[in-house]
Amino acid sequence: MSVSTTAPYITTIGLEIHVELNTNSKMFCGCKVAFGGKPNTRTCPVCLGLPGSLPVVNERAVEHTIKIGLALNCEIFRSSVFHRKNYFYPDMPKNYQISQYESPIASAGSLDIPNGVTRRIGITRVHLEEDTGKSIHAGGSGRIADSDYSLEDFNRAGTPLVEIVTEPDIRSPEEARAFVSELRAILETLEVSDVRMEEGSLRVDANVSVREQGESGHGAKVEVKNMNSIRSVGRALEYEEERQRRALGAGDVLVQETRHFDERSGSTSPLRTKEYAFDYRYFPEPDLVPFEPSERWVGNIRSSLPELPAARRARFASEYGIGATDIGILTASTAVADWFEQAAVAYGGDAKRIVNWVIADLFGLLNEAGIELSASKIAPSGLADLVKLIDTGAISGKQAKLVLAEMFASGGEPGAIAEAKGLRQESDASTIETVVDEVIAANPDAAAKIMAGGVNTIGFLVGQVMKKTKGQANPALASELLAHKLT
Amino acid sequence: MASELVWKSSFGLAGALESGDVSAVDVVRAFIDRSGEVDGRLHGYLRRSDEDVLASARLADERRAAGRTRSSYDGIPVAYKDIFVTKGITTTCGSRILGDWLPPYDATVVERCSAAGLLSLGKTNMDEFAMGSSTENSAFGPSKNPWDLERVPGGSSGGSAALVAAGAIPWAWGTETGGSVRQPASLCGVVGVKPTYGLVSRYGMVAFASSLDQAGPIARTVKDAAALLELAAGADPRDSTCIPERPPRLLDGIDRGIEGMRIGVLESHGDAEAEKGVQTRVDEAYTRLQKLGARLEPVALPSFEFGISAYYLIAPAECSSNLARYDGVRYGYRAEGEDIVKMTSRTRAEGFGAEVKRRIMLGTYALSAGYYDAYYGKAQRVRTLITKELEKAYSSFDLIVCPTSPTTAFKLGERSEDPLAMYLSDVLTVPVNLAGNAAITVPCGASPTDGLPVGLQIIAKALDEQTMFRAAYAFEQDLGWISSPEGRPPL
Repeated sequence: MSVSTTAPYITTIGLEIHVELNTNSKMFCGCKVAFGGKPNTRTCPVCLGLPGSLPVVNERAVEHTIKIGLALNCEIFRSSVFHRKNYFYPDMPKNYQISQYESPIASAGSLDIPNGVTRRIGITRVHLEEDTGKSIHAGGSGRIADSDYSLEDFNRAGTPLVEIVTEPDIRSPEEARAFVSELRAILETLEVSDVRMEEGSLRVDANVSVREQGESGHGAKVEVKNMNSIRSVGRALEYEEERQRRALGAGDVLVQETRHFDERSGSTSPLRTKEYAFDYRYFPEPDLVPFEPSERWVGNIRSSLPELPAARRARFASEYGIGATDIGILTASTAVADWFEQAAVAYGGDAKRIVNWVIADLFGLLNEAGIELSASKIAPSGLADLVKLIDTGAISGKQAKLVLAEMFASGGEPGAIAEAKGLRQESDASTIETVVDEVIAANPDAAAKIMAGGVNTIGFLVGQVMKKTKGQANPALASELLAHKLT
Repeated sequence: MASELVWKSSFGLAGALESGDVSAVDVVRAFIDRSGEVDGRLHGYLRRSDEDVLASARLADERRAAGRTRSSYDGIPVAYKDIFVTKGITTTCGSRILGDWLPPYDATVVERCSAAGLLSLGKTNMDEFAMGSSTENSAFGPSKNPWDLERVPGGSSGGSAALVAAGAIPWAWGTETGGSVRQPASLCGVVGVKPTYGLVSRYGMVAFASSLDQAGPIARTVKDAAALLELAAGADPRDSTCIPERPPRLLDGIDRGIEGMRIGVLESHGDAEAEKGVQTRVDEAYTRLQKLGARLEPVALPSFEFGISAYYLIAPAECSSNLARYDGVRYGYRAEGEDIVKMTSRTRAEGFGAEVKRRIMLGTYALSAGYYDAYYGKAQRVRTLITKELEKAYSSFDLIVCPTSPTTAFKLGERSEDPLAMYLSDVLTVPVNLAGNAAITVPCGASPTDGLPVGLQIIAKALDEQTMFRAAYAFEQDLGWISSPEGRPPL
């Protein structure tokens, strides 16, 4: 039995999250913000830090940061300044990063995470800075220390980057995962970032410490880096929590260090220890003037905030009567929630019918094809029309699945597809009655059993009716007629 | 013997071009000839482009013939301190570390002067990264003072000042951080201006200390200096610290005189006390201002004496960060090394000169954790104190006057082994940079002690360049020194 399950341990986690904003231009120059591209093509004297160049603040980036701050219930600073963070690294054009230090744009907020019971996680600060370029280290392990040479791509340099720092309020890897997931949904709703973890537009670092119950303080702080998906946030932190518990259980002393998460092995390993402690020598950026967002501007931003995921979840429950699990699935992404809501409105009936079709059927098709909902050919109104066809009895639920598959493949209208495929449901009672009579005549034994009270065998006769009508008979109607005649 | 044209002011040259007495080619050729005649001794230029500028002059003449002049100065040559980046033209900032870097863009100052038809004759010598008061810190050898070739022209804009004084260029651009325009202009007997911080865009000026750096014109006359400044002044969307309001019209009312102006005479002592020859000429200047109708009264600005101390924390702190980009990775000089740390260390060890290294180390130290408040933080408080003290003085005075430099030009090598003595060259100019105010130096004759030029400094509140130029112009006209044979160096 592992020590971790017997000894009472307390886990403390704080997150540092970097979000690349999706502004048109970079933080301090007019170069385009985009992912990838031919190296060093989206650069200019400013983002290359050429001698004589000067930064000019991107107002849209400040607006995005204020939005994030407001969505995280933060206070917005009346006067905010940029600071220089000084350190040498070859992918940093000026060898200092323009960042924020004493007066970030937003601070002292919180985010409630819906993880079984709602937990409130404190937000220490939300600040704005510039991203660095990207180094590609050739040879060795792929890290700078033992590489043969390194190439630098400055396309990313100067991309607006928001750093969100939480209080050490998170108590488990699952909570951390839920926090990132909720934050990601908020950022998506605000439309301020592409939030693609795999492309690095959302980057999560975690500080994890485990201590025995009754011990004061938080224990040695271990920073975990390189978690490239929400799933790996959970995996990395579970591994790290377990590692620290075992170490403490074995009587080892944990050290403060930075550890690298390896996606393949699912484990963390220490990064090369720093030879010296960094002293970033922060000082106010003299090339920029302090900026003072007016109360009016902040007020306008506040009143134009979209409905945030928590509010939407509450509304989905009250307005559509959807259960918590389904709401969780539908609101994990803004795009899906929007899509669902458009379909529900177009349908107009009981939204739970739409929920089932989206979660059970549409998601299955998306998973099979390996695409996002946004890339699918089915429009929300198309799904609504399809469910209406079932409601009117024009097609059966089984037929509807075939129609949906075709809509998914070709993007056509459900009615037209059903017609082209000859998929229709016979709901005329007299037509079905003829078939029912033929089936009863052909299956006297089964009919006799039903008449003797063996209602269970009615399914067999319904099947025969369906078979004879090549699946077009309305099964409910067939069943009703059979029951009527035989009981 | 070069043409008399080179002693004309730019105003005079503009008139001669307008009347058709001379062509831009004539003007440019005269300055090329004069430059060729004197620059072997002065070493004011780091680079000259005689052929290019002649070709440009021909185009300027064509424009004039077609009635499409870009301004009344179209076709007049200018020189830029090598701190201004110039598209496709080597820019070294007086340092080895920039190597053969070719800037892909023009500084705003260069762009605006070119738009007015000014023709660049070359890039001028300077102390490395503008750190120095003698040009002896140039990686390419010092410039000399045209009044005495054994003496320094001052610095860091020493190349520009020496060339203007020698008639090798009618006007030139320098830059200031702590006196780098005024001090060399004073030591070379010409006019130099430190505009209000933010009046001229810093875009394309290689940064030394961003909160202090400011471009300034050097010319032989007050009017020329005002005119050159006016060409470049004004808001620039590429520089957030540039003043967004429309700049004052600097030539308007320049000849209205100084009747009734209230002028404070700085009481100086200690390190700021001027040598006897300088004090004699400056005292005469005060009397002249009084004679011209100004009301002079002594003013004490005790915080001035802390200026140098505050400056030598703030400027190195900013420079330690601004100069971090010279690492051999992307452009400029690179020394080979087995890994990134060794490559960068060697590049910087070989690429930077001693004074630059000294200031990077001072600044790094001043910003370090645990020392920030005691050094950088305290220096910023002194800066605020100086600014407030000046502001208070402006409630009683329109202008403040004092010597520009406590001494006349010193000998090459005289202070280069004693950084502190060198730093004190700027004791009277530095406080103005810290406060972001405007100031001008205007020649007030040669010192009776050594025959070298002495400069009178006139300090004005921020954006009050008009009053400053008015006083300087009235003084210059009444003295008449610059237009007399005594105002030309014996070269």
